[in-house]
Amino acid sequence: MSDQAHIGHDLAPGDEEQHDVGTRILGYVVGLVLALLLTATSFFIAGTDLVWQPSIPVALIVLAIAQMGVHLVFFLHITTGPDNTNNVLALAFGLLVVFLVVGGTVWIMAHLNANMPPMDQIMPKPM
Amino acid sequence: MSMTAAVGDAHADPHHIGLVVEHPGPAPKRIVTAYGFWVFLLSDIVMFSCFFAAYAVLVSQTAGGPKGSEIFEQRNVAIETVCLLLSSFTCGMASIAADVRNRFWFYLGMAVTCVLGLIFLAIEFREFADLVARGYGPSRSAFLTAFFSLVGCHGLHVSAGVLWLLTMMAQVFAKGFRADVLRRMMCFALFWHALDIIWVGVFSVVYLLGGGS
Repeated sequence: MSDQAHIGHDLAPGDEEQHDVGTRILGYVVGLVLALLLTATSFFIAGTDLVWQPSIPVALIVLAIAQMGVHLVFFLHITTGPDNTNNVLALAFGLLVVFLVVGGTVWIMAHLNANMPPMDQIMPKPM
Repeated sequence: MSMTAAVGDAHADPHHIGLVVEHPGPAPKRIVTAYGFWVFLLSDIVMFSCFFAAYAVLVSQTAGGPKGSEIFEQRNVAIETVCLLLSSFTCGMASIAADVRNRFWFYLGMAVTCVLGLIFLAIEFREFADLVARGYGPSRSAFLTAFFSLVGCHGLHVSAGVLWLLTMMAQVFAKGFRADVLRRMMCFALFWHALDIIWVGVFSVVYLLGGGS
């Protein structure tokens, strides 16, 4: 990789700053351990009755987002560095669309369900 | 004179990293390729978000059929998740080996990644076959349609990834660590890690959130 990454250029997504092999392996090990910990916590929380039950969905979503962050940083090597600006901006736009699609759909459909009168009041009964 | 020099510097150093390259020219091919593939991956994630949205809307429309908590087996999902996580790690090891041009560790990392991916696919296929055999196929209810399309779409991506992985091993075997092969390898690693990120969403939203309530 060292012969292809030129000084003054951006970093390709997935590429790291110049490190020796040991440091790079260590990065993956840290990412794997963190990801396994977060996964184990998710599965534990989903099945336990030790915590307040209504908090479980929120906790699961927070853990999932945290784990996605761990994957992005340690496996995909997305950083906040100046050589990563393009990658981060593309990611930010992707996330914007994802939140618009998922959030907008859930929001609109939940309200449609709530505002809809029962079916037999809309459709006239056949004679 | 100094004014134009300052303007020229600002253009040559857009990110203010202190390195001024007067005529940097187009970025190296490795960056262009990986960036284009990164944009494709993000559009793929946007497509998955539509399946997630459909699942979230339809999760309670069971039409008298089974609910998620009645058909999901937490133990299988945990095994699948560990397989994908470990395969992401071994895929990272393989890409490091490709960067330092070490054939042995490259083949080993890719082979382990392939086996873990196949174990994942086998467990998922068995789960699907079992559901269909019990009469809970995708046509049973809107919930099951959304479930099969979301999880199945991820499974199809993993299958394509395994084929790509074998292609990469064959290309390194036949052509060696050429620059174009290394670019493809980098795109494959991005693809495989992105699939893992989507799986995090799948097991959290579908299996854990849907299985609990």
